Amino acid sequence: MSDPARALSQVLGRGSAHEGAHHWRLQRLTALALLLLGPWFVISLALLPQLDFATVHEWAGGPVHAALLLLLVTSACWHSQLGVQVVIEDYVRGAARGVALVLSGFVHVLLAAIAVLAIVRLALGAH
Amino acid sequence: MAMARRPLSPHWQIYRFAYTMALSILHRATGLVLSLGLLLLVAWLASAATGPDCYAAFLQFAASWPVKVVLAGGIAAFCYHLANGIRHLLWDLGMGLERAEARRSGRIVVVASLLLAAVLVWIFLRPGAAP
Repeated sequence: MSDPARALSQVLGRGSAHEGAHHWRLQRLTALALLLLGPWFVISLALLPQLDFATVHEWAGGPVHAALLLLLVTSACWHSQLGVQVVIEDYVRGAARGVALVLSGFVHVLLAAIAVLAIVRLALGAH
Repeated sequence: MAMARRPLSPHWQIYRFAYTMALSILHRATGLVLSLGLLLLVAWLASAATGPDCYAAFLQFAASWPVKVVLAGGIAAFCYHLANGIRHLLWDLGMGLERAEARRSGRIVVVASLLLAAVLVWIFLRPGAAP
């Protein structure tokens, strides 16, 4: 940090932000989580005798299933946000880029919040 | 700084078309489809948490033909993105980066995801499948 050339390049916006790998790493981490949770979710649903209200409530209400569902929706929303962010950064320019990035972030957080609340309600057996 | 008119990355317009390139574009496209699919997943959970009437309405919505077609597309996108995602993670580990290997793994991904999608569509969306 004491290197004046490096400090200057950072000020001019061309230096390392020291978080270049952060986005990349999170995308892989959430991908790995979804590689486990996605198939678990699909196989679990396929093994249920039917997907009616009572069956789904009993299945999603179990503590282990509820915990895994929470991990699934948060990982999925996070992974989706990271992916959509890259697409926006690649293809949207000008003022629309900032708007699209903020909008994508808000929608993803909103979706995650609704899903988490729904899973908690299911787990507590309230309906 | 003059940067207004540069082409946007990744400059797909300037490359000769290649098979593996289509797979790469498809990975991004299916990812976007799955982002929209999140809406359905969250709607399913929210309707189940709201109550029997709301959940019944969701099931009725999901059983209609247009939505079934969308769901089939979502299932196919899920299978492809999952299979090709494994391919990407293996690349990140430094495996299968040679051109011939990348083409072969691409073919495996296409065949595997089509088979998986067919199985899942049959399980969840066949006429008369349990709701």
